[in-house]
Parts: sequence; structure tokens; C-alpha cells
Amino acid sequence: MATDTRELTAVRATTLTRGFGARIVLDSLDLEIAEGEFVALLGRSGSGKSTLLRALAELDDGVAGSGELAVPVERSVVFQDARLLPWARVLDNVVLGLDGPQARERGREALAEVGLGGRERAWPNELSGGEQQRVALARSLVRRPALLLADEPFGALDALTRIRMQELLLELHARHRPAVLLVTHDVDEAVALADRVIVLDTGRIVVDRPIPRGASDAAAHRKHLLAALGVG
Amino acid sequence: MTEVSIPAPRTREAPAAQRDVRLAPRPPTGRRLRPGPTSARALALGPLLLLVGWTGGSAVGLIDPATLSPPWTVVTTFGELAADGRLQSNLLTSLQRSVAGLVLGVGAGVGLALLAGLTRTGEAIIDGPVQVKRAVPTLALIPLAIIWFGIGEQMKIIVIATSVLIPVYVNTHAALRGVDARYVELAETVGLSRLRFVRQVALPGALPGFFVGLRLAVTVSWTALVVVEQVNATSGIGYLMTQARTYGQTEIIIAGLVVYAVFGLVGDTAVRAIERSALSWRRTLGS
Ligand SMILES: Nc1ncnc2c1ncn2[C@@H]1O[C@H](COP(=O)(O)OP(=O)(O)O)[C@@H](O)[C@H]1O
Ligand SMILES: [Mg+2]
Repeated sequence: MATDTRELTAVRATTLTRGFGARIVLDSLDLEIAEGEFVALLGRSGSGKSTLLRALAELDDGVAGSGELAVPVERSVVFQDARLLPWARVLDNVVLGLDGPQARERGREALAEVGLGGRERAWPNELSGGEQQRVALARSLVRRPALLLADEPFGALDALTRIRMQELLLELHARHRPAVLLVTHDVDEAVALADRVIVLDTGRIVVDRPIPRGASDAAAHRKHLLAALGVG
Repeated sequence: MTEVSIPAPRTREAPAAQRDVRLAPRPPTGRRLRPGPTSARALALGPLLLLVGWTGGSAVGLIDPATLSPPWTVVTTFGELAADGRLQSNLLTSLQRSVAGLVLGVGAGVGLALLAGLTRTGEAIIDGPVQVKRAVPTLALIPLAIIWFGIGEQMKIIVIATSVLIPVYVNTHAALRGVDARYVELAETVGLSRLRFVRQVALPGALPGFFVGLRLAVTVSWTALVVVEQVNATSGIGYLMTQARTYGQTEIIIAGLVVYAVFGLVGDTAVRAIERSALSWRRTLGS
């Protein structure tokens, strides 16, 4: 069906290098993410995952480095903490920084999509951790991002809530098709959600492994990735 | 084509959301670390005890009326002062001075705190002089203020305003500096403009600190008022008290003190009420 084999890229990083003081954290790293592609990023603690994500989010002003980077303008970030402004109601958090009369209507729709319709006027403090993270997802979605960057967004949630959030993220990705870079320390989460899993080690990508949808060899992927992470 | 119809599941119970349940508030159980809710009545307990002690002490002769007039004398003095209109006119003058000074001082304090808290040049230019002003007592400024601004209303309001400015500036500035860097980062990722950042992140984030400053400011406006009215004035509650001192009328001095106390408490209560509704999003020890 597809005649054009070249996929459009959402992210292209070439010889990306970042460091703190004398310590090189990203070492001449190359990375491409196609439009709509769901990429999970694994790596040991301190391997530079957040540094890479912050570079793609252009949140690393003042960090020394070099390399070329092309990222879409429409990108949004989900942090490990939901990072809602405690003094703003849920809907105001979702539409933070948006303009126009439709913004609030779209904000309401996004809240309904993450299952929080009717909670527009709640304070963030009144929500559970999972609900707060869903508001953060709605805040990202409402911006119609071409690239969604998420840094261990479910790391602080309990196991059950995490499973629900993973399903929600898959559903939202299927519907809106942004390119996604999901940082996680959970190999199973990476295999379950992503089209492609990359492993970062000492500033370089040491594994870049496509995970075909519907493939049932999750166990094999898991074993391979765990080995790359130095476990098992 | 055959159509298969699936019978809708029957529900025996009404869904939980539709059941009409009235929940009664439960009494607190167990040991808590938080101090428990404070009521207006509880806050009135301390002042009430003072009043009882004063009345009792005067009634049994423990307190010499020449040192401290009994409460009933103070009450009749209030009556006399109100009857000849001296209370109202002097009170109005005092209130006008303190409110004008408060409004000007709070505005200037917030403005300077914003400049110093959000810009490097502002910090460099503003913070030093404010700290210097902070080290100088209000009373010490009055001779210079009189030379510069005369002995009229202008001087009084300026002295009050510059005194009020300090706590507002110090607390708002500290709160602005303390706004969580993670929120600043969030503002960057959602592309907030500088103006919106100030309005939606910096100001609300600094609001708790601002209210601490405002509460102090209300008290300071009142104390600065006392200073300017007792040093050089021909009207106001402070003037009334200075006059009374000349004639040894302790009951008028006490009446003046009562006015200061009442208005100080009223001012503080008002600010706290505003604070509670403005900061209703907070879930803290005190709420
Ligand atoms: N702001 C910073 N200043 C100094 N060192 C940093 C800073 N941020 C990260 N690092 C260092 O960079 C390395 C990678 O950090 P990070 O990208 O956060 O790792 P990860 O997210 O994979 O756990 C770590 O050794 C960390 O100490
Ligand atoms: Mg990290």
C-alpha cells in the first residue's frame, strides 16, 4: 500500500553531546523518531535518559554540549510529578498558556478523554496521584503535540493505577498519533507500549530494537533488554 | 443476516452514585499532629481573660486608678469623647492616614518586590536600599521627613507608607524567589509569555508570602501612625493621647490604647479572612 518507504521524521538528533563539567552524559548520540512512532527509552539510573529528554524538550539551556537537533515546535512534556499548579483549578491547569475561545472547550474535551469529565473545577490537591497524572496527560494532549516527551510519568504510581495509565496512554496515542518518547525504568512497560525500544548506556544508544505490534515474543524482547541493562 | 440480541443486564441495586446517602460529620478520632480547627471564639479567649483580670483587679482595689483606670471609667470616657464628637473626628483622621499609608506602602512594596524578584537589574538596584531602610527605625527618620515634607499630612502618610513597604517587600520578595523551579520549567514547556508567567505562576506562588507581609504591614501601619501622631500632630488618636498625658488623664490614654488594639485586631482578622479565601487551594497545617 505504501509507495513511499521513507517515513517522515519527527525527531532528528545528530551527534548530540551533552555534559556537566568534565562528565560527558550524552556522547555523540544519533536518534531519529518517525512521526507517530512510540519509542521507549530504557537505561540504568544516571545513564542520561532525562538529559536526553530535556535536550529534546529544549529545556537544557546552559548545559554544555554540541550536535544538531530538529524537533517539532508542537511538543509537550509530561514529568514524573504531575506538576500541576496547586493554585489553579484543574481546567485552568489543562489550558495553561492556551489562547482563544475554544481553548476551554478543548480543555474540557481533553479532561473527558482522560476520564476526568466533571472535575474541571477541582483543586489539584483534591485529586489522587493517578488523577493528577491524568490531568497532566490532558494538559499535554490539548496542545495537539507532534511530539510527546514523558519522563517516567508513571514511576510514582501504584501498580494498578500504572496499568490503567499505560492503557490510557496507548489509547491516546492510537487516537492522536503523536511521536512519543517515553522514558521508563520498567522493561515490561517498554515492551508493552512501544513500537521500538532503545537502551542508553554511558551516553550512547546500545540497543535499538523494534517491537512489532501483535508479536507474541514479549519474553524474548524482555530477556534481550534485561541483558542489555546488565540484569539477568 | 441474523441478528443476535443480547439482553441488557438487569441491575438489582441502584448504582452507588445515585443512592441518597447523607453523611454526618464524624468526631475526630485518635491523636493528631495538627492542632485542630481554630474558631473565632477560641481566638477571643486570650483577650477576654485579660479583660476579666483588669476588671477584677480594679474592683477589688488591686489596681490603682491613677496607674490604670478601671474599665468602667474607660467606658464612660468613650461615651464622653463620642458625645462631643472628638472620638469620631480623631478616629477618622487616624484611619485615613493609616489606610492611605497602607495602600501606598503595599503597592510600592509589591511593585518593588516584583522588580527585584523577577529581574537581575531590579535586584541589584532595589534590594540594597530597602535593606538599609529596614535597618533604620521609623522614629529616626522623622526629623528628616519633617525637613523634606513639612509637618502636614503628606509627611505622615509618607512615613507610614515607607514603614509598611518593608514587611511587604521582604516577604513578597522572598516568596517570589522561592517559587518552585519546577513550575518555572513547566511555564517554559507550555510557552507562557513573561506577562502570563507573572500573573499565573509567580504572583499566585508568592501569594502566601505576600499575605504574611500584609498582616505585618497592617500592624506596622498602625504603629507608624502612633509614632507620627505623637511626635507632631494636631489631630488623630495619637494626638488625643498626647494631650491626655499632659493633663494626666489615664482614662483617655487607655481609651486610645483600646482603639488601637481594637483596630489592630479588626485589621488582622480582615486580612486573615481575605487570606483564607484567596488561598483556599492550600491544604496546610493551619487550615
Ligand atoms: N543539572 C545537573 N548538574 C550536574 N550533573 C547532572 C545534572 N543533571 C544530570 N546530571 C548528571 O548526569 C547524569 C545523567 O543524569 P540523568 O540524565 O538525570 O540520568 P537518568 O535520567 O538516566 O537517571 C547523572 O550522572 C547526573 O548526576
Ligand atoms: Mg531521570
